[in-house]
Amino acid sequence: MTQLPEKTDRKLGLVIDLDTCVGCHACVISCKGWNTENYGAPLSDQEPYGGHPSGTFLNRVHSYEVQPLATSAMPHPAAQLVHFPKSCLHCEDAPCVTVCPTGASYKRVEDGIVLVNESDCIGCGLCAWACPYGARELDAAEGVMKKCTLCVDRIYNENLPEVDRVPACVRTCPAGARHFGDFADPDSNVSKLTAERGGMDLMPEQGTKPVNKYLPPRPKDQMDQIDVLAPFLAPVMDEPKGFLGWLDKALEKI
Amino acid sequence: MTHHQPKIDTSPKVSDEIRKTTCYMCACRCGINVHLKDGKVAYIEGNRDHPVNKGVLCAKGSAGIMQVNAPSRLRAPLKRVGPRGSGEFEEISWEEALTIATDWLEPVRKENPEKLAFFTGRDQSQSFTSFWAQNFGTPNYAAHGGFCSVNMAAAGIYTMGGAFWEFGQPDWDYTKLFMLFGVAEDHDSNPIKMGIGKIKARGARVIGVNPIRSGYNAVADDWVGITPGTDGLFILSLIHELMKAGKIDLDYLARYTNAPVLVNGDPKSPEFGLFLRDDDGKPLVIDRKTGKLTAFDKPGVRPDLHATHRAAGITHRPVMHLMAERYLDKQYAPEAVAERCGIKAEKIRTIAAELARVAFDEAFELEHEWTDFRGEKHKTMTGRPVSFHSMRGVSAHSNGFQTCRALHVLQIILGTVEVPGGFRFKPPYPKPVSAHPKPHCGVNPGAPLNGPHLGFVQGPEDLALKEDGSAARIDKAFTWENPMSSHGLMHMVISNAHAGDPYKIDTLFMYMANMSWNSSMNTGGVMEMLTDKDENGNYVIPRIIYSDAYSSEMVAYADLILPDTTYLERHDCISLLDRPICEADAAADAIRWPVIEPDRDVRGFQSVLCDLGARLKLPGFTNEDGSAKYKDYADYITNHERRPGIGPLAGWRLGKKGLTHGRGAPNEAQLNSYIANGGFFAKHIPEGSNYYKPWNTAYQDWAVEMGIYDSPQPYVFDLYVETMRKFQLAAEGHGDRQPPDNLRERIKATMDPLPIWYAPFEDGNVDPVEYPVHALTQRPMAMYHSWGTQNAWLRQIHGLNPLYVPTKIWEANRFAEGDWAQVTSVHGTITVPVAHMAALNENTIWTWNAIGKRKGAWALSEDAPEATKGFLLNHLIHELQPPKGDGLRWSNSDPITGQAAWFDLRVKIEKVSAPSESLPAFDSVKSPVGQGPDHLEWKVGK
Repeated sequence: MTQLPEKTDRKLGLVIDLDTCVGCHACVISCKGWNTENYGAPLSDQEPYGGHPSGTFLNRVHSYEVQPLATSAMPHPAAQLVHFPKSCLHCEDAPCVTVCPTGASYKRVEDGIVLVNESDCIGCGLCAWACPYGARELDAAEGVMKKCTLCVDRIYNENLPEVDRVPACVRTCPAGARHFGDFADPDSNVSKLTAERGGMDLMPEQGTKPVNKYLPPRPKDQMDQIDVLAPFLAPVMDEPKGFLGWLDKALEKI
Repeated sequence: MTHHQPKIDTSPKVSDEIRKTTCYMCACRCGINVHLKDGKVAYIEGNRDHPVNKGVLCAKGSAGIMQVNAPSRLRAPLKRVGPRGSGEFEEISWEEALTIATDWLEPVRKENPEKLAFFTGRDQSQSFTSFWAQNFGTPNYAAHGGFCSVNMAAAGIYTMGGAFWEFGQPDWDYTKLFMLFGVAEDHDSNPIKMGIGKIKARGARVIGVNPIRSGYNAVADDWVGITPGTDGLFILSLIHELMKAGKIDLDYLARYTNAPVLVNGDPKSPEFGLFLRDDDGKPLVIDRKTGKLTAFDKPGVRPDLHATHRAAGITHRPVMHLMAERYLDKQYAPEAVAERCGIKAEKIRTIAAELARVAFDEAFELEHEWTDFRGEKHKTMTGRPVSFHSMRGVSAHSNGFQTCRALHVLQIILGTVEVPGGFRFKPPYPKPVSAHPKPHCGVNPGAPLNGPHLGFVQGPEDLALKEDGSAARIDKAFTWENPMSSHGLMHMVISNAHAGDPYKIDTLFMYMANMSWNSSMNTGGVMEMLTDKDENGNYVIPRIIYSDAYSSEMVAYADLILPDTTYLERHDCISLLDRPICEADAAADAIRWPVIEPDRDVRGFQSVLCDLGARLKLPGFTNEDGSAKYKDYADYITNHERRPGIGPLAGWRLGKKGLTHGRGAPNEAQLNSYIANGGFFAKHIPEGSNYYKPWNTAYQDWAVEMGIYDSPQPYVFDLYVETMRKFQLAAEGHGDRQPPDNLRERIKATMDPLPIWYAPFEDGNVDPVEYPVHALTQRPMAMYHSWGTQNAWLRQIHGLNPLYVPTKIWEANRFAEGDWAQVTSVHGTITVPVAHMAALNENTIWTWNAIGKRKGAWALSEDAPEATKGFLLNHLIHELQPPKGDGLRWSNSDPITGQAAWFDLRVKIEKVSAPSESLPAFDSVKSPVGQGPDHLEWKVGK
């Protein structure tokens, strides 16, 4: 089994804003494109034009319907749809690393990114079993475990303009729902966003201490809440004739 | 094992070269950086400098690499050798293909040009394809607007000189309340997502109005799960509430709209309902300062919304009076509409109050001095931070035009159009109806048509009718059946040509239009029309030429295939003459250019039209010596001039003192300048000119300088559309050009010059008790039309399209996961898989559009889920309304614009045992390109 570093210098990760994620899958395909062409083996596809297309993805978006509970203020709350992008959360106590029999899975000391060294990976799949989030996928063509690299080959890449040294999913997200930064720095954009918006751990009870954080959706359908209704508009008249009288007076004031 | 950290290369080479062009994975037209390795596409990302997407890119855009390498790409020209519909072809040379096309089309042009019907689908070169058709001389040309969103476009232009999407956008920088209606999530897709993200980040609110709570509606702060087809009623109720409370912008209405214009109020007058005009034809208002009758645009006039005028025994009242009379009526009270709309009256009131609060209580001023068209100087610009967006959902109903008009009237009474925080036009808009062409249909054998096909009618005199009163166009656009059909009716072309109504044609020529599948209503019927033979054994539609880049379902139904390139292998221009990429703060256009060369014997369709135009000796495509005028589309883009100094591209033209923008002579190196600039051109509107554009003299002068107008075109918004009243007057018996009697009542009822709501036609044509459920489609954000399904990456996201069923219907039918349902309309039946969705209007079912595929198409295997479980709702929708017993064919369209009424559909649904595959099932077609590989390990830079 493989050891985790005692501590990492930085904690790089993502903040994902569930209030603005529209579920467009831009991050999914941008990730697929970059990571097919770059780090390690390509993300392969089986039966890409066939009856059971199935490929390797490092990031997927799931959509969940939520039915809020009725309250006295909102006796018939409407159901909601939450789009939930999911990729490796680069946990501080990453069970996928400690379970690895060959040392192929490891957590980097300098930035906390969890990676797979593909040349040491035997494709046993233990790490995927150990990960409570289902964030790892075994590539069917290459037989090695694939996972989010936080675009380790982008974020330090001197061949990219500095502004582009962010993960592909962050660069492409049209709604601006994905943010990248260092959670070890309390003044970083991601730390501030997490503090301001009540950023949450995914399944904290698993004890994995995920680095990535999710910003919860803001409360919805406030207009349906009986006790927070704004005052209705006050009529200035009842009949069209009354309106014309009001109109004449109102025009005088302009 | 102790911690072991290998050394990895964190700075790998990204690519050899980046080529910047314009995406075409949907209609959005984002800028893309195409990374190449060894001349092959390695990675595609958004272009940060581009005005549309500013660096971001959606799933479709990033998946372009799977599109340009798709196994479904056509490889060479094809000639049909089996029966139509079989998919049996032989590959031929381009010379043979173009000779066949010339031999077919030359005699048609010489004898009867109208026997060519040339219609283009997902065409982004309409100013070019229409120019070709005009030169050919056929009146039968249009693109796909008639079955897409013409209601939105036409209602916007007739009301305020521009509509949503390509015409304008919310003021994302200042808006505080954004309300969106029935949005198609692939239109303006990245800008809307960026905008929502941006305004939410600063705490602005979003209200989504849509029967389905997905996508943008899922992130909306408040969701209005409206009953389909009732948006207009809901909007008119909001107008009722706002007017009743006096929460309307009177100053704005008086200055910038026709609310003060005087209307003839004598029901006996032949001019009843028309404007009182002066000798110059200018609409008249009462000047509040002098009390005198004055032209609306006279310098210094303060138009009065209140005073009436009596002349020659006739009382003339301002439009504002008519609006008060109409909209204060209790029929629009929230309680009166709530049940039909499926929205509680309190919620309608709350939304009206919130609109008013933000528009008026949160108004603000920008310190920009400006001068209006009446010469008045304003120290500041007043902002009203409420904005709206809408698309196909409200548009694709038989009451869609009036609904879209109602939405614009709502925007206008709040004073939120072209003001800070509101809705802003993008050049070349604002543009009044009077600055648009009128439709032309004058045919002269062997010669060009007498003018542009499409345009904006201003009265019965502009209809496209023959001398005997019959339709001049095969689609019956601009007839009494749909007088204001500015985009044509592509969905009626095949049906009308097959019926010989109004006449038969010889050749159907189509581009990028999957008419035998997802782009037609009554898909199975259309397949029969395309293959039907007459008593002599000849095809009823004798010849079909089709151009597409891919092995779509339509390919099998053509006699001759002209294979197009993919979007990375071609030249294109996204032109200011057409549907440009402008932003509210900038005029902009863009190109595509061959960032890779085709590896197949294919040619860009527009280049093929240049060649075909020269072979046919069309004047616009031939030099005086008979030689070809343009060697290819790039040559046309560079050298064509629509008017002196105005060409397809506005950037880097030749001025007297070197390079210039807007007006200027052709520049042989123009495309190189575009390429060097990242594939686009943008010129910013100076500050102080960029709001109040229809009335702002500084903007108007800037637009003239840019070549957008030839002279300033200020105008006021038409709350009241006088053109519509002219059609009503004709229906009432006035004037020389008279509608047929069978249409009089419908014209009187529907062409009201002030927005009204009437129930979708389907509600009257079928029994709502028997067919109680509304059925809709939406396009997923990650897939576009039929193109996405061939895409190896995207079909893993959207390879299945279950029918989503709301809780009430789910429970009533005791559906369970994995069940199938039979869905029946008055026209047809489908049997399809169902899934439960709670966040859905309780009387509405829906599915994703165009995921279902025909077996054999798109190089997919025959057991692909798209072909076995996927399905189209199109089978349930007919292009005609059910027969009325009068022997006439009534199209299933908006009676004003001819917009296809897709979303009027009513159905019933019941649980059935699972069939082996979705029904109806069709035989497979023979694939002209075989089938894709069974695995991919895509990596260019191995």
